[in-house]
Amino acid sequence: MINHKEKITQVIFRVIDEMNQQLAENQRIEKSTATALLGKSAVLDSLGLVNLIVAVEEEIEEQFGVNITLADERAISQKKSPFKTIGTLVEYITMLLKDHGNI
Amino acid sequence: MEISELQVMVITGTRKGIGKYLAHYYAAKGFNVFGCSRSPIDYELENYRHFCLDIIDETAVKKMFLEIRKTYNRLDVLINNAGIAAMNHALLTPLETVQRIMNTNVSGAFLFCREAAKLMKKNLFGRIVNFTSIATPLKLEGEAVYAASKAAVITLTQILARELAEFGITVNALGPTPIQTDLIRAVPPEKIAALISRQVIHRFGEFRDISHIIDFFIQPESDFVTGQVIFMGGI
Repeated sequence: MINHKEKITQVIFRVIDEMNQQLAENQRIEKSTATALLGKSAVLDSLGLVNLIVAVEEEIEEQFGVNITLADERAISQKKSPFKTIGTLVEYITMLLKDHGNI
Repeated sequence: MEISELQVMVITGTRKGIGKYLAHYYAAKGFNVFGCSRSPIDYELENYRHFCLDIIDETAVKKMFLEIRKTYNRLDVLINNAGIAAMNHALLTPLETVQRIMNTNVSGAFLFCREAAKLMKKNLFGRIVNFTSIATPLKLEGEAVYAASKAAVITLTQILARELAEFGITVNALGPTPIQTDLIRAVPPEKIAALISRQVIHRFGEFRDISHIIDFFIQPESDFVTGQVIFMGGI
């Protein structure tokens, strides 16, 4: 059985690889599920996060053939933001894809 | 304006009127034009592809942009032309009409700006042209809702100009005067005459006035022009 979480994690890492090419060495995003995307320890600025989210949506569309909106009402109203870390983002995308019936 | 390389453009509301004119005008100039309208069109055009959709149908709109991304993986220009109007005294305006106008003119324009910008930012280049109206600065009686929706388009334009500047995307708006299209078909002639008399230059707007302003906004040299609104006829 394909490990969906692993596949989603790889999608995000691919996006990070692309983003890192444009970033200075000390600004690069670490490819780990623990990497913070929001808050004080986040490496990305707000625009960087916007770029990441848009690129991940696109890559998910490519890989899973489904159009998802990550920053939807549901994401914003979650008690724990899905954008806290790469790990929480993976969880959130897994949930969205399950809801869409794609995994 | 010369098109130096393959450029991709989206125009909304191309079934008739200004949108139809712009589709013909820019396809003839060599742009690869993607157009849309709710009902099918009665023309065929080289360099032109049509999508039948409602501009507030998020799924359909995203599908259209996915198609553009898969075909060209770029977008250079968005002309947010689609819009609806309804003239009536405020006391006789149903809430449903208010919601319909706001939805199409504001939400629809926003949705296209958002999806277009996602594609434009790939090349760090983009030109968005929104449509407002002289009904807004002239505060036309009987057009409270329409004018309010077009005021929202101005604010949207000015703020998106700031948010998207970082991606090399400019966002401007143009406010046409009355042009002889379906949009004003139901407006009494004396109302139109009174309106034209309030313009600095007293004549109907023409299609070429619109394409001239859009040409200016979208040319590569206009990369320092953003968040601006040009009203035709000198309002």
